[in-house]
Amino acid sequence: MSRFREALERGEFVVTGEVAPPLGTDLTSMRKAVETVGPHCHALNVTDNQGATLHLSSLAASRVVMDMGYEPIFQQTCRDRNRLALQSDLLAAWTLGLQNLLAVTGDDPRSGDHPHAKGVFDLDSTQLAAIATAMNGGHDMLGRELDGATDFLVGAAMFPEAEPWEIQLIRAQRKAEAGVRFFQTQAIFDMGKLERAVEALRPMGVKIIAGVLLLRSPRAIDFINRKLAGLMVPDHIADRIRRADDPAEEAIALATEQVRDIREIADGVHIMPLGMDGAVGRILGNKSS
Amino acid sequence: MIITRPREWERITDGLNSIDAGSVFIMGCGQCATVANTGGEKEVIEMKAALEQAGYVVSGWAVGEVTCHLGGTKLESRKHHGEIDDADAVLVLACGAGVQTVADSVSKPVFPGLESLFLGNVMRHGVFEERCQMCGDCVLDLTAGICPVTTCPKGLLNGPCGGMWNGMCEVLQDRECTHVRIQRRLKEQGRNNTAMLPPKDFSTKLKPGNVNLRKKRGGDRP
Repeated sequence: MSRFREALERGEFVVTGEVAPPLGTDLTSMRKAVETVGPHCHALNVTDNQGATLHLSSLAASRVVMDMGYEPIFQQTCRDRNRLALQSDLLAAWTLGLQNLLAVTGDDPRSGDHPHAKGVFDLDSTQLAAIATAMNGGHDMLGRELDGATDFLVGAAMFPEAEPWEIQLIRAQRKAEAGVRFFQTQAIFDMGKLERAVEALRPMGVKIIAGVLLLRSPRAIDFINRKLAGLMVPDHIADRIRRADDPAEEAIALATEQVRDIREIADGVHIMPLGMDGAVGRILGNKSS
Repeated sequence: MIITRPREWERITDGLNSIDAGSVFIMGCGQCATVANTGGEKEVIEMKAALEQAGYVVSGWAVGEVTCHLGGTKLESRKHHGEIDDADAVLVLACGAGVQTVADSVSKPVFPGLESLFLGNVMRHGVFEERCQMCGDCVLDLTAGICPVTTCPKGLLNGPCGGMWNGMCEVLQDRECTHVRIQRRLKEQGRNNTAMLPPKDFSTKLKPGNVNLRKKRGGDRP
């Protein structure tokens, strides 16, 4: 069983991080990121053409992470593949030894570097999670028996701060019913909203891993507000970074406070370092780094 | 109705010049292209003037009653057979279905004068919105009469996606999220929709579409 899954099921507070596969075949910088962030994390998300921009596939990159001795969370978006390809890649992932899955919708191609691409969206993320769950039970999406089943820990994304909450909640409940066992959330700025989500979803037996974003500079904040889907940095937080003498230090202080708060509320934290990989240990309060 | 827009002028003239057409017959359409202000009598006469200004001879013009109707368009073509015979090419101000019907009805090379865009609702005069993609597997019973396949830019059945913010769409940022609208209307109607919608049957949309109601004469319905 995956160490990540074991820790979650034991009720340990888990830490996940994120690495992006390269645009190309040189894995040097990805390996460096894995070596920097990996030691602090139970598992590392490996993104799938993130932001609808071309990268080496999550499938191959996840295996690289695994071969380096770390545990990947294989991300699969519904944007680039139809139901045949998605199912085929799920089977491939399991045979490659990938045990953790994050099923997400994917950004629209119009927001990425190939704006003329056809967005596939043959399935949505809830349906994909349901299919992965079915494969765990030994069947494909049509109910046909597989010659060898999977046993993924199925995860999905959740957005505790995006209103209307009532609609977010219905969506999250549908995902939980589809077999999702953990949620990784978008960056949290309002701990009250995180609490609201945890209280509503924990009774369904799902774990909530709350997102923390390192707001390294005023420019990064502008980028997030302009480009990142489903996320706005609230003014009081943006101002704190903008007015700081050393914005990067202030971002680390802010993230450290957020992690401390999240420990009291959720089941884990998902760190998105936005390039400040070296700061991850400090944010988590690890003295060794 | 089928929404069309005028094709770029250079693409029209490039097409005509590719066969050295000096003389052109223009065919409009009395249905959708008339309502869309792209292929009615007014636009056909404007096209005639533009072609003549550019040095082409317009041998004649017509506005077919329903240009995508094969029988009617053949009849219309016969009425104008002399003018069509005099032309090197036929320029059609109708949707792609109309263009192909004309191409099947005349022996001259046929060129499209419009771009076909979508099946549109007429919101008010001159304002059209796409609400239906004619997918052949309708989910409007489950989605309070709001089509997520068409009006969600990602076509998600189970939404919203992670880009929704304050109820607004991530892709079309001036629009309310389709899934927010669906859930609100379901709630207003006292309907409960918390179950996951299953994956769609896309085989109903396989090309080319074909329906034949004349069962007794050997046709069958897909």
